Amino acid sequence: MAVLAHAEAGEIAARLRDFALPEHQDLRAPENGLVMLRGRVGGDGAPFNLGEATVSRAAVKLASGEVGFGYTLGRNSEKARLIALCDALVQSRDFGGAVERDVIAPLREQLMIRRQQAAAETAATKVDFYTMVRGEG
Amino acid sequence: MTTIAELPPGFADKVLSAQSTFRSVMDAMARPGSLQRIVPGAGAPDMMMRGTAAIALTLFDHDTPLWLDAPMAASPDVIKWLKFHTGAPVVQDSSIASFALIGDAAALPPLERFALGTSEYPDRSTTVILQVESLDAGRSFELRGPGIDGAATLQASIRPFDLFERLRFNEPLFPRGIDIVLVADDAVVAIPRTTRVVSKGS
Amino acid sequence: MYVAVKGGERAIENAHRLLAHKRRGDHGVPEVTLDQISEQLGLAVDRVMSEGSLYDRELAALAIKQARGDLIEAIFLVRAFRATLPRFGASEPVDTGAMRVQRRVSSTFKDIPGGQILGPTFDYTHRLLDPSLAQGVAPEAPATADASTAPTPRVTDILGRDGLIESSPQAEDGASVGDLTREPLNFPADRDLRLQNLARGDEGFLLAMGYSTQRGYGRNHPFAGEIRFGEVEVEFFAEDAGFAVPLGAIELTECQMVNQFKGSATEAPCFTRGYGLAFGQSERKTMSMALVDRALRARELGEEVRAPAQDEEFVMSHSDNVQATGFVEHLKLPHYVDFQSELGLLRKLRQEFADAQAPEAMKEAAE
Repeated sequence: MAVLAHAEAGEIAARLRDFALPEHQDLRAPENGLVMLRGRVGGDGAPFNLGEATVSRAAVKLASGEVGFGYTLGRNSEKARLIALCDALVQSRDFGGAVERDVIAPLREQLMIRRQQAAAETAATKVDFYTMVRGEG
Repeated sequence: MTTIAELPPGFADKVLSAQSTFRSVMDAMARPGSLQRIVPGAGAPDMMMRGTAAIALTLFDHDTPLWLDAPMAASPDVIKWLKFHTGAPVVQDSSIASFALIGDAAALPPLERFALGTSEYPDRSTTVILQVESLDAGRSFELRGPGIDGAATLQASIRPFDLFERLRFNEPLFPRGIDIVLVADDAVVAIPRTTRVVSKGS
Repeated sequence: MYVAVKGGERAIENAHRLLAHKRRGDHGVPEVTLDQISEQLGLAVDRVMSEGSLYDRELAALAIKQARGDLIEAIFLVRAFRATLPRFGASEPVDTGAMRVQRRVSSTFKDIPGGQILGPTFDYTHRLLDPSLAQGVAPEAPATADASTAPTPRVTDILGRDGLIESSPQAEDGASVGDLTREPLNFPADRDLRLQNLARGDEGFLLAMGYSTQRGYGRNHPFAGEIRFGEVEVEFFAEDAGFAVPLGAIELTECQMVNQFKGSATEAPCFTRGYGLAFGQSERKTMSMALVDRALRARELGEEVRAPAQDEEFVMSHSDNVQATGFVEHLKLPHYVDFQSELGLLRKLRQEFADAQAPEAMKEAAE
């Protein structure tokens, strides 16, 4: 599901558009709130509160009973609802496979391409410093 | 056992219902003994009155540790409903609770076991929400104190019967002390720590 | 004493209208969009997120626009906004060791596993103004190279293994994490609260404090063990779902300062550490934060507390620019009644002074 949190709401909606979605309703209407982000002292020690982030969340129930939860950074309520819907759909026997294949897999591939591009750009700035021995030259 | 999908719903209109419920509780606190109504806008789990549920949805959140009496604490439905809709952490230690929910008067512990606040932060005390039988019929009580012009009368059927005697423990504690919110269905009466109550008999 | 003033509604309203007009500037110039601020003034956005203590690029960009580029005003707006939202809870602590690094340098260890990566940095620029930017010339596409899949562990983790660097303090079981947005600050404050305070503290203040330690006011002999910037994943334990859910990724900058330590009666000599962490790419901020974090550990490490940067009450009480600007700027709000009473007092004292001088003057005149 991490893939969905990284995607844009529009991308998820576009990939769901071709689905004949089953009946569903909001179990929790989408709402915005905050999550306190925590770091660790020294990176690996005791936790401390770094600062908050806006988060949107929702919960969706399919007519067939599956419940999905959607959480995402930011204030896009529709995105939280779409994630919750996908979360419910992947649990359903009728839709699970198709959602994985037609929604999540392609979004994962896009994400990987973006990350590889960023990693390649970063790699080009890798540096080898040579230390001059004192008294030389 | 109820699944999450079957939980009674929260407020249909979160903002307006929470504001209206907050207003009712605030008026009840400002005018001790006065009866305020809560417009029910949400479902309620078993054992919880409509008014209590609305107060929970309005005032409880992730930052308010919550203490439940034994019957409520033993109800998975109550726990799930509170967790899903409010996110308030349920605690075993009543002395750190921001709120306490009491459905069964027999399960009301000695009041000094709740948080009483500190002299620097008297607001850090437990607000006890006590469900009672009736707030418009029963024995008569006379209330005096800030927010009351002279004396106010409350007719109520309340258990424990000696609640107001017990509440006198607030007197020497001031400014520390606990505040009580009485709920009967959709009716709310508040007895803040400054209110002195005497029974007038029936 | 504060005495309320009344009136002025019309003037205030008109001042707000004028402010909005000035903010917009010349209508012949296209209005700046939030995307433009977020994409092209990204470091300003990072600073507003860090000190506003709210990770939301779009809101920070909006605040910068509304504040006409006054970053402290923007930070104030963001802080005010965050007070309007309910808190769902706290995230799992982020793992900066698993960061997808875009930049990572160490000034102490040349050959670190995973390599030194310069990333997008001003460091080796010549600080010459670039006239081509005024024309809006499109920059070259970034160069690319084969990315290694080698992990990039934190430098301090590698060196901690042989005990030369102190390890990070671990939390005691069940210990709660201090939160100064919920509990008023008390002194002495633990390191979790100090780091939270510094993370949202004013960059300029921390820079000055950190600099002061370098100039000898609480010197702690720092080396930049590692500075890294990149993306980390955020997970949140959702009570309703009953499991940890991914929220997405945020950009962070982390600084590990490594400092000399002579040892004490109970501790063998080793390197100690100061830590900095902030939203976005905020290197100056995290480096300053790490210097000040280390300075504030003086008491814990048995060092003499002599300099401002070592005094936690001084540092923590003055690091917050929203508090500071509130108190400084309130001086320009109406204080007429206050001042009138001061004036009255002053006139009385001057009269008394004059009366006391008068007989002397008469005497002198008579002589």
